[in-house]
Amino acid sequence: MSTDQWWASESFWRKTAIWVTGGSFVVLMLLTMDTISQISVGTTRVPAYSVINHRIEYKFDEQRRVQVPVIGAKEPLFGKELNEEEAEALVKLGKLTTQSKNCMNCHTLLGNGAYYAPDLTKAWLDQYWGTKEIREEQMLAFIKDPSDKLHNSMGRRMPKLDITDEEARGVVAFLKWMSSIDTNGFPYNFKSIEQEK
Amino acid sequence: MATPGICDSANLNGGQKLAVKYFIVAITLFGAQVLFGMLAGLQYLYPDFLYGVLDFSVNRMVHINALVVWMLYGFLGSVYWLLEEESQHEVVGLKLGNLIFWVLTAAVTVVVLVYLFVQIGPGKESSIWLINEGREYIEAPRWADIGIVVSVLVVFFNVAATFSKGRYTGIAGVLVLDMLALFGIYLAGMFYTTNISIDQYWWWWVIHLWVEATWEVMVACIMAYGLMKVLGVRRKIVETWLYIEVALMFGSGILGLGHHYFWIGTPEYWFSIGGFFSALEPIPLVAMVVHAVFDAGARHAKNSNHPTMAWLIAHAFGNFFGAGVWGFMHTLPQINLYTHGTQWSASHGHLAFFGAYATIIIAMFYLAVQKWRGDVWMSGELPGNGWKWKWSLGLLNLGMVGMTMSMLVSGYVQSQIERAIEGSSWIGYFAAQGHPWFVQGMWWRELFGVMFTLGFVLLVWDLMTIGRGEKRVLVPAALDE
Repeated sequence: MSTDQWWASESFWRKTAIWVTGGSFVVLMLLTMDTISQISVGTTRVPAYSVINHRIEYKFDEQRRVQVPVIGAKEPLFGKELNEEEAEALVKLGKLTTQSKNCMNCHTLLGNGAYYAPDLTKAWLDQYWGTKEIREEQMLAFIKDPSDKLHNSMGRRMPKLDITDEEARGVVAFLKWMSSIDTNGFPYNFKSIEQEK
Repeated sequence: MATPGICDSANLNGGQKLAVKYFIVAITLFGAQVLFGMLAGLQYLYPDFLYGVLDFSVNRMVHINALVVWMLYGFLGSVYWLLEEESQHEVVGLKLGNLIFWVLTAAVTVVVLVYLFVQIGPGKESSIWLINEGREYIEAPRWADIGIVVSVLVVFFNVAATFSKGRYTGIAGVLVLDMLALFGIYLAGMFYTTNISIDQYWWWWVIHLWVEATWEVMVACIMAYGLMKVLGVRRKIVETWLYIEVALMFGSGILGLGHHYFWIGTPEYWFSIGGFFSALEPIPLVAMVVHAVFDAGARHAKNSNHPTMAWLIAHAFGNFFGAGVWGFMHTLPQINLYTHGTQWSASHGHLAFFGAYATIIIAMFYLAVQKWRGDVWMSGELPGNGWKWKWSLGLLNLGMVGMTMSMLVSGYVQSQIERAIEGSSWIGYFAAQGHPWFVQGMWWRELFGVMFTLGFVLLVWDLMTIGRGEKRVLVPAALDE
């Protein structure tokens, strides 16, 4: 095979490689700037932390044909309304706790992580917590010591991770806030806890 | 030259002596990866096994971190291995390079010990700095991140400076720029934010732009060197191919990043961008298969190292099937909505990491052993017909394919029952996990894991013994042109 044709030459492909790489990277940077502005806290896609003062639902949207989070009436977490700063501090404590307890190496969050335990994206809305009235207490008790709680029929259970009262409240706040993120319909067909009056 | 058949560091140049150290740590960590993978796999079957002592989260973290680090060690070793031959110049800062090797290895040891014995900390930033960052694949605490960045900068300096002083080939140009990108991207993972959408946005820069872009280009450089080495392919051909691969790889891989931006809060335009560019991602991998088969077969090559060549071919197919086909199978958002974060992902992850990366690093191990023993014969007619390398090749590849298929079966069950029908709730998750079809897949995975482990043991044994006492010397690779 002759390698003298321009399309088979080394220099043509070297230049192509440089231009394609540079071009792709520039496009990625532009998209990144746009995306970051759309997913900053306080946008429609990623609500402010004080959203934990409200009821959050996950409802089917006729236009998009998937479920989307719907922020409803005032329903403060643990019955206490927080201002923006207090809400952020609580969610931050929760996020830091999920990282330092290594939650992501069993669970998935927004679908990313390990596959040994349920996805937590909409955990706040899960029917497992029973009813809306007992949900917060159930979640706190479970997070602090899950080892003796009912999990499944297989014997797979979460270990006790020495999570304090305050950390557990933070985790619940983080999970409630995370459930308000617009994830384009992930998870699909999720069956929420009954929240109507 | 020393007597052939004996491991003698006098057979190696300076960079290669350092490379051997990287390779020894790499294969040790490969062993750790296999061990902790087997433990984690067993916990799917016997949930009480090591419960509260080494929980699944710990085993899984060590499993995937050992993976990342052994592959990085394999790459750094490969770069040091080819550096002096390629640049025709001594490594500029070999002493510093050695020092950094020991610093990095000490840091890795401390990180692993903390993972195993401290495991978790309180919900404070100090835990992230000292114990565990809690972000999949880049769990290493922040102090270690900083150490890693400093270390790899020294390696980068060493490589760039050596090429600058010596011969700056096409492989050198691609390698230096790729290393800069590879190490630079790591910085995107070194910060804390409460906003999990932004957190995962940048997290994917590290994970995706490593494994689906810069790592692929790294192994393309190693492949180019390997083909010249074992087959004597002309430089012009491999370097032209290398540029084509860079163009295709970065052209599809950089924006292919979009396939991780479907469900983390990011806007819907990523559906089209991620779907389209990730559909293109297998193309360079097809090119690689064509490349390897064309060079090896059609050109009547005389091959100076059979195990290396076999593993390079395993790489070409593994990369195409594991990264390409298995990735594309669930990359479009229309299917990914149901498969994302299930055993499909695990199935793809296993075949892709093994096929694309483990294979080519093993190929380099064999190349290193050959030279270390004094450029001994490693073509056909080895003692015992080379049964150890052939059996380990077979056991490792079949074991991996078996694990991949088993997890895929479980993944089918999970995406149908948990996702499509039950909707990812707690109940739905466990309805799938407890389904007999799912459990069956987990059993087969563990059994094929045993096969893989046997292959690994045989591989280590073979690497320690192949060429021992061999009196025949290597016949240089040549093409029948």
